[in-house]
Amino acid sequence: MDYRTRIETKLTAGLEPVRLAVKDVSHRHAGHAGHDPRGESHFDVTVVSARFEGVGRVARQRLVYDLLADELKERVHALQLRTLTPAEDAASG
Amino acid sequence: MDQTVTERIKRDIEDNDVVLYMKGTPVFPQCGFSAAVVQVLSHMGVKFKGIDILVDPALRQGIKDFSNWPTIPQLYVKGEFVGGCDIVRDMYEQGELQSLLKEKGVAFNEAA
Repeated sequence: MDYRTRIETKLTAGLEPVRLAVKDVSHRHAGHAGHDPRGESHFDVTVVSARFEGVGRVARQRLVYDLLADELKERVHALQLRTLTPAEDAASG
Repeated sequence: MDQTVTERIKRDIEDNDVVLYMKGTPVFPQCGFSAAVVQVLSHMGVKFKGIDILVDPALRQGIKDFSNWPTIPQLYVKGEFVGGCDIVRDMYEQGELQSLLKEKGVAFNEAA
């Protein structure tokens, strides 16, 4: 299973998102310190979930990082994260 | 976890109002995410101490264990973990970083 699928599967199971977008952006980081020549090192992730309601920014990202602990240990070097509640997502257009 | 590394982190974030654990230095950042946070802080005129984790493997892992946060950069204000690049940028855009600094009594250029 590729890392994108693993990330999608774990976040779907853990956060029951109403919207989830996972994009491999490893090419943008070519040549930089954490770049892995095999790719799949950097992902752009947007999660919209009701589970974020009443939860602060740091705690929201921790929820995501905890679910993806294995992936972060293995290959994934960094995530660009947007963690929104359904209301915030609607407001951001 | 290495006790001396923990002690060093605690000392650094207590002795300096604003500390950024980053890849590279504020003048020569080695990663786009670190560079983005440096840019926000510089633009706001915040005085901060940049600590390069690339030159110290023990610190590189130690800071992640200390904050229970798996990525670099990491920003600390008055000893408290604020967040990484996405959070800092988002807070700045929403005016929340400015409120936090004001609340903590950290000087910055409010006109920025």
